[in-house]
Amino acid sequence: MSRALRTLLAALGLPVVLFALWWLVSADSKSFYLPSLRAILDTFGPTWSERWTTDVLPSVARLLLGYAGAVIAGVALGVPLGARPRLRAALEPALEVFRAIPPPALVPVFMLLFGIGTPMKLLVIVSGAVWPVLLNTIEGVRAVDEVLSDTCRSYGITGVARLRVLVLRGASPQIVTGMRQALSIAIILMVISEMFASSSGLGYAIVDFQRAFSIPQMWSGILLLGVLGFVLSIAFGVFEARALRWYHGQRRTHREDG
Amino acid sequence: MTETALLEVRRLRKVYDGHGRVVEAIGDLSFACAAGELVCIVGPSGAGKTTLLRCVAGLLAPTTGEVVLGGARIAGPPAGMAVVFQEYGRSLFPWLTVWRNVALPLEQHGASRGELRRLVDDALAEVGLADVHTAYPWQLSGGMQQRVAIARAIAYRPKILLMDEPFAAVDAQTRADLEDLTLRVWRRHGVTVLFVTHDIDEAVYMGQRVLILSSSPTRVIEDVAIDLAAERDQLATRSSARFAELRSRVYEQIQRAKRARGQAGEGRS
Repeated sequence: MSRALRTLLAALGLPVVLFALWWLVSADSKSFYLPSLRAILDTFGPTWSERWTTDVLPSVARLLLGYAGAVIAGVALGVPLGARPRLRAALEPALEVFRAIPPPALVPVFMLLFGIGTPMKLLVIVSGAVWPVLLNTIEGVRAVDEVLSDTCRSYGITGVARLRVLVLRGASPQIVTGMRQALSIAIILMVISEMFASSSGLGYAIVDFQRAFSIPQMWSGILLLGVLGFVLSIAFGVFEARALRWYHGQRRTHREDG
Repeated sequence: MTETALLEVRRLRKVYDGHGRVVEAIGDLSFACAAGELVCIVGPSGAGKTTLLRCVAGLLAPTTGEVVLGGARIAGPPAGMAVVFQEYGRSLFPWLTVWRNVALPLEQHGASRGELRRLVDDALAEVGLADVHTAYPWQLSGGMQQRVAIARAIAYRPKILLMDEPFAAVDAQTRADLEDLTLRVWRRHGVTVLFVTHDIDEAVYMGQRVLILSSSPTRVIEDVAIDLAAERDQLATRSSARFAELRSRVYEQIQRAKRARGQAGEGRS
């Protein structure tokens, strides 16, 4: 518990200092576009309590749904690709091409095909966040230990049991690495997807405020995105520490031996 | 012999063919193990010992010939067989506790909860690890990890246990302990053991029979019956005159095998 607390304090240290600086430097700001932090924070509460259910929650829900979709799709595609060299060789060039397309460029296409509703936004998130999960899953599955694999075979652990007991667990360090990268991509794409022809969400709200020259409100939206990203990253850290306890423990042991 | 054999290897040949290079790992290899026997396989390094063991385990298909276990030809890893690998650090699941590692094969084969608990607890107690159930493998020493692998094999109640240079990577003291542990397990469970090693002393100390392999392409040079007292003891057995005789006999054969390879190599070039 005390270690978690120390980690939290270390993580909060620099942001606190930066916020204090921002507060001091902006305190006497007369600029319309760069209001004081105090003005931004004053609008924060009223703005977002009003928009909590119309913008914040829908955004977060879309983010989590899209992210979950990306993780599931990435792992589901990555496992067979990692396990089958021929399939991988056949699909790799195509994957490289698709991966090279910046997902925001797909927004107009998805809008034509799926409209401007939630399905389009989810697809935008999935189309960008799937890559790090997919590529890391492939690498992780490829690297599953041969001796462990032989052990499974000789004890008759095959099929779904092998997938659950050996492949997914063995590849989990790489899968989690991919999931961490995917999370930040998903946040970016969530915002971008809401900036186009949208009527709700954090991205929409920020654009809306900007157009209405509600500058402190606009800044408060950016601040809220920062807080959201920070909270999600902390939550991810907790998840990772639990899921990969064995991996970090093993690495520590090997370092001490070596 | 053939009648009562549990395991029979018949004219096994294994050729690796890859990247335009054909390597004949096993030339023509035949032998049989009776049920309940402990047979050691010893040979110079590079004699295809691991290839042989992987063929017997059903992990590798022979090029020609066959492996027959209990009357049935092996076409994949058979039921009733457990394998203990040399790389203990890589044969235990690092994400499972010691107890779960031992339980896993049984869970997969639908052991009832009570039976599972009893088999796993007994197996861990038998290898002297009753107190580390909740530890992870990587928290244990190499020797203890190999004990976990042995416990997993015992709990599985195999008819035949294959061991591939299981103690090659542990220190000498641990090694002696593990040899005696293996002998105890073998006696207590009446399991057939096929024990591959490159260590001549270990082969003679452990085995009822020692099969000496030639260099590759491998065949059996000699099948030495080890007529030492059934009850082996690290000090008394190893210092007996008969042990020394058997040891030098195996040693000479292996030296001859190595020389033969040297000459063959010169002949080819």
